[in-house]
Amino acid sequence: MNAPLTRTFGVLMLLFGVLVFFTARWTVIDRSKLQDNPKNRRALLEQQRVARGAIYAADGAVLARSSKRADGTYTRAYPRAGLFAQTVGYDYLIPGFAGLERFYNGPLTGRKSGLAATLRKLQGHGNEGDDLRTSLDPAAQEIATRMLGTRAGAVVALDPSTGRIRVMASTPGYNPNDLASAKATKALNRASGAPLLNRTTVGLYPPGSTMKVVAAIAAIDSGRYEPTSVVSGRSPVTISGTPLANHGGTDYGNIDLTTALTQSVNTVWAQVAESLGKPTMRRYMDRLGFGRPIDVDLPADERLASGPYCDKGGTRTLVEPTSDCVDIGRTAIGQAKLLATPLQMAQVAASVANGGLLMTPVIATRALDAEGRTTLDNEPRVLSRVMSQASAAKVTAMMQKVVQEGTGTAAALQGIDVAGKTGTAEIDIARNIAQPWFIAFAPANRPRVAIAVTLEHIVGGFGGTDAAPIAKAVMESLLQ
Amino acid sequence: MTPRTRELFGLIPASLLVTAGFAAVFVQEQDVVSTISLTYGAVFLGLCFAAHLVIRWRLPHADPYVLPLVAVLASFGLVMIYRLDDRFAREQAQWFVIGLAAFIATIVLVRDYRALERYRYVIAASSLGLLLLPRIPGIGSQTNGAYLGVDVGPVSFQPAEFAKIGIIIFLASYLRDTRQLLVATKKWGITIPPLRHLGPLLAVWGLAMILLVFIRDLGSSLMFFGGFLAMLYVATNRLIFPVVGFGLFAAGVGFFASTVGHVQSRIDAWHHPFNDALYGAQGGSYQLAQSLFAQADGGVFGRGFGKALVGSGDAVVVPAAKTDLIYSVIVNELGLVGACGLLLVYLLLVQRGFRIAVLARDSFSKLLAAGLATVIGLQVFVIVGGVTKAIPLTGVTLPFVSYGGSSIVANFVIVALLLLISDRARREAGA
Repeated sequence: MNAPLTRTFGVLMLLFGVLVFFTARWTVIDRSKLQDNPKNRRALLEQQRVARGAIYAADGAVLARSSKRADGTYTRAYPRAGLFAQTVGYDYLIPGFAGLERFYNGPLTGRKSGLAATLRKLQGHGNEGDDLRTSLDPAAQEIATRMLGTRAGAVVALDPSTGRIRVMASTPGYNPNDLASAKATKALNRASGAPLLNRTTVGLYPPGSTMKVVAAIAAIDSGRYEPTSVVSGRSPVTISGTPLANHGGTDYGNIDLTTALTQSVNTVWAQVAESLGKPTMRRYMDRLGFGRPIDVDLPADERLASGPYCDKGGTRTLVEPTSDCVDIGRTAIGQAKLLATPLQMAQVAASVANGGLLMTPVIATRALDAEGRTTLDNEPRVLSRVMSQASAAKVTAMMQKVVQEGTGTAAALQGIDVAGKTGTAEIDIARNIAQPWFIAFAPANRPRVAIAVTLEHIVGGFGGTDAAPIAKAVMESLLQ
Repeated sequence: MTPRTRELFGLIPASLLVTAGFAAVFVQEQDVVSTISLTYGAVFLGLCFAAHLVIRWRLPHADPYVLPLVAVLASFGLVMIYRLDDRFAREQAQWFVIGLAAFIATIVLVRDYRALERYRYVIAASSLGLLLLPRIPGIGSQTNGAYLGVDVGPVSFQPAEFAKIGIIIFLASYLRDTRQLLVATKKWGITIPPLRHLGPLLAVWGLAMILLVFIRDLGSSLMFFGGFLAMLYVATNRLIFPVVGFGLFAAGVGFFASTVGHVQSRIDAWHHPFNDALYGAQGGSYQLAQSLFAQADGGVFGRGFGKALVGSGDAVVVPAAKTDLIYSVIVNELGLVGACGLLLVYLLLVQRGFRIAVLARDSFSKLLAAGLATVIGLQVFVIVGGVTKAIPLTGVTLPFVSYGGSSIVANFVIVALLLLISDRARREAGA
């Protein structure tokens, strides 16, 4: 009877081997898959046991903070309610997290590596997160939000020399404190107007004539044109096989590029872009950040890429400006298949403002631990050299004319030179619905702010009358 | 060194484990190294020492490794349960004392375990009665769809834990008598037992099926029937028996799974733990999914004692953490490494059981030891396999570790029986 005994024990050993294998499967082989499973809420639950760091505006105002509940867990509160809702984001059990709360979850929960951090943990200090400081300006943000009012739209303003974002407003908004309740979260997810979306980085709109600044940059910096170069401004002209008219069908005759930008002459810029060619346009669009998700410190699914979107098999797909489906003439005037986010258009203004050197936009400046030591430092970073300093000066002069005597006079500030460009993208010609835009920077000689403003679906809307006044008020506040 | 001295030294690491374990939990929970952990360790060592003295007195030749291995498992369980809920740890400690008392009582009262053979039909019948007790209206209780518990006034217990001992005693005795007859007839090169002796075997299969239908518990059914097949194989040394038996069992499960709703839902949950409908359903896959998440959180080295996220009250994360899912919490806190260590201790205990069977002189002793050891091993396989998604999850206890009075007491009786067999075998071998 001893042989079958040994064999039976052998079978049991095999069964235990199976147990070891399956334990190894969940702890090692499939570990990350299980940790990423959307049903796995452990990470979120554990975060509730950590005193998350606070998020501060540039003036020291608290935008987000944690408070301890009776059961020892922490809950998040947003003292400024919906002021920076889509930018700061939220962190609650049911909806999860978004915005800066998500992007900087590591520092905010104090997740650090290294010997110093380990030593602190051993001393029992591991349970507090770092504070996050941002460059956001509540006063200007309030003005932007108030002026957008009940209209859906976006305002984004940044410092062109550092890329630091001062204003990031998106309407309609929401109160992140509401997301603590599951019911309110459900309602917000279904709410009309998509209040949870950060329109400055995921709102894809035809940029209209603001795109002519990109055409101007390409024209001047490529050396093919000067601001004084004369191009025919007759209307209509044939672009990509179909006739293109100017606004109101106006025939401008032969005019120089400065005038063409000041008066926003469609036919001139379409012809310029066609003569520059797709590769040249592509080169400058690439340098400006088109064609890839906008580079900013927000989670990946809260950033979209600007560029031509062609219909491929029924789905809207981002393509290169050199693709066959792209009409480069109409791309240069911000129509056809071109879609851009407000932050991308603010970057266009910022590149000119900063002498051709484009900075990476960034919201958070630093993270500080409980003892006030800097644990993360977002030094200004160069994104690309878009154009020469000389070219930037020329384009600046052209854009100044727009505000002085062209379509953008509503943005003129008392005693400060503003450079800008209006845009009015046609959404529904029959019903006279348009997407007004304005991009600008100021002061023109030593810029401290670059801005993009846009509004969705405005009946009879016009960039110079709807968007420019908002830009003016926000810039005024930021330049004080 | 005598076996008993070896046993005594073996108890020391187990007591140190309790001390260190409680110390770790105290540090984690209160930031203090309390001397009370030393007290707990000393009390634990004292209790084990008492058991050791009884063995020294009554069973001086018994296997020296069984008690230390059991002590390691029990201390492990106590620390884990204390870390989860100190109130339940105190109750578990009381059950540990009662279990030790049952252990001592078994050793003292059952002077010759072979006398049990005389009562085999009484034992079989009462075991069957015990198994079906939970279905009696008024005292039976249902947990997650399975009928495993009995509530009589303030006392509640799981009769299946005790029934398994009785059934193994009966089977060992029965197979001892019929093992020659079962293999006597050969036709076309394969062993076909005469119908007269095949009947009782089919009856055991039928019993397993009845368990499945009445108790609705796949786990205990698998445990009983697996133990039976192992004993049958040891008795006959014919592979055909366990193979055919397992086939019959699988066929029966396949048939009843589609008719007994509870069994089917357990199998569905096993196949698709992350299915939305099953995940949200009452008695669905939530428990299994949380078990897997807990293990993934542990990784290779675990989060450390007291650091796993378990939750409590309304905010429970790991359901049934101190019973069904205690293995998942262990993996969460001690990682794959700690889990392998625990499984190794179980395997060593099972190995001691088989070693005792090998050394035993008579067939009844061999079969009894093999059956008891197999059932311990299978019980570990059923619950650990269940929480690691190797097999459908059913609620049996992790012997000596899970919270549960019946389980502790019954398992201590099993260990006492193993030591009784061992003492006799080694005494005869030595003599």
